[in-house]
Amino acid sequence: MAYALQQLINGISLGMIYGLIAVGYTMVYGIIGMINFAHGDIFMVGAFVALIAMVMLVSGGIMDGPAAILLVLAISMAFTALYGWTVERVAYRPLRGSFRLAPLISAIGMSIVLQNFVQVSQGARPKPIEPQVIGGIELMREGEFVVQLSYMQMLIIGTTLAALVVFTWLVTKTPLGRAMRACEQDRKMANLLGIDTDRTISLTFVIGAALAAVAATLYLLRYGVADFFMGFIVGVKAFTAAVLGGIGSLPGAVLGGLLIGLIETFWSAYFSVQYKDVAAFSILALTLIFLPTGLLGRQDVEKV
Amino acid sequence: MTEHTPMLEVTDLVAAYGAVEALKGVSLQVRQGEIVTLIGANGAGKSTLLMSLCGDPQPRAGRVLLEGRDITACPTHEIMRMGVAQSPEGRRVFPRMSVLENLLMGAQAQGHDPAPELEKVFALFPRLKERQAQRGGTLSGGEQQMLAIGRALMSKPRLLLLDEPSLGLAPLIVRQIFSAIRALNEAEGLTVLLVEQNANQALRLAHRGYVLVTGRITMEGTGAELLARPEIRDAYLGGGH
Repeated sequence: MAYALQQLINGISLGMIYGLIAVGYTMVYGIIGMINFAHGDIFMVGAFVALIAMVMLVSGGIMDGPAAILLVLAISMAFTALYGWTVERVAYRPLRGSFRLAPLISAIGMSIVLQNFVQVSQGARPKPIEPQVIGGIELMREGEFVVQLSYMQMLIIGTTLAALVVFTWLVTKTPLGRAMRACEQDRKMANLLGIDTDRTISLTFVIGAALAAVAATLYLLRYGVADFFMGFIVGVKAFTAAVLGGIGSLPGAVLGGLLIGLIETFWSAYFSVQYKDVAAFSILALTLIFLPTGLLGRQDVEKV
Repeated sequence: MTEHTPMLEVTDLVAAYGAVEALKGVSLQVRQGEIVTLIGANGAGKSTLLMSLCGDPQPRAGRVLLEGRDITACPTHEIMRMGVAQSPEGRRVFPRMSVLENLLMGAQAQGHDPAPELEKVFALFPRLKERQAQRGGTLSGGEQQMLAIGRALMSKPRLLLLDEPSLGLAPLIVRQIFSAIRALNEAEGLTVLLVEQNANQALRLAHRGYVLVTGRITMEGTGAELLARPEIRDAYLGGGH
């Protein structure tokens, strides 16, 4: 019981990170109908920006504690958003109106470019950081086993919830969000109403990348390591989450992320850690076969 | 802008979707405060003309002047911020947005306060006010048509482009929509370019009309003149369509 509760906490905090990344996949799919295969690598770039900022601030002795984490988060969001914007501008926009497969191939190309760029500029070896958030609170004790909610997990859950609240407000209540939904539902018509749809699409990539940066900073703080290839596995899992939730659906992406996080954690806890990726990707295959529209894909949900 | 500058002046416009040339050199004029109708059979190029005036597709050749200003090469979203609005073919209401949000979308890119326009649209189409919280996709055809026109009006246009507002609607609703167009024209001097297959009613409403046949203007005249022409009667009013 206590063991399961601990897995639940671990699964939720991992799942929320997947959910944040999945939102980026599903948003871009909603608005231009392509899978942005470079999104996982945008996440990886976000982790490296956070890592560099962290090393400069903390190891450089400029500041530490919560203020440093907040500043690292902001720096990572800003730089990663710029990467997201650039990738769209350079690799996808010129191909708009081309055949459907063209931006997809371009996305795979961008993914390779980003990985190699980071590999060459930062080195191929995994880069560790000192743990920044230590300790936690004890929830319950069952014999020898202690169920703990770590401060890191609280940080993950709190930050993710805050990011999702701001994001939901942005999409449902602001003129920008309305323009994004208009582009998703009928891009030609949005254009006919004077909306600069290219700009709206750019902003969608910027927002998606900023959310990936939030996920990346939390991931870095939680696991303490970044490498140039980390975006692949995490990216594919977040993509699985987006498909499971129903690609195009925003609440679906978060739900899918949570489910993938939980499945992976429980699988590792009760079956085999080595096969945890197999579990996650079997879900992708099963979803595509038996539930291709995902859990929330066909219902009349808010989509971007 | 002088009184004599036409609202819209189109010269030798050529437009195409891919390899198919839909407009083969169309010239027409819409003066300020006029209702002009463009009639023609299915596939004559009427909708392509309206879309091409909005830069989508951009004209291959020819010239479009809006109040004397050359807009031929302008991108669509810029043209739609110069006082042009379109209620397009197929209505294109945003299906998963509320009626209110659909209307607000009409004013969004223009930068003015939407409240006064919203009030006017609700006064013109009270049905939309009743349904303002309902999703666009759940409205009936007539209500969607009202919404598409209302959304176009939200931008405070000086030139309104209407594509087949009568399509698929009951005669009573068609009359209601046409009288709304006339009221806007008379009360506010709104200039209207109206594309219709329903030639009879369109020509009665309009000051002048053009007939478009496979991408070319074949006839023009006042509404009454065109209504009286036997070839128009045979081709467009005979109920053959």
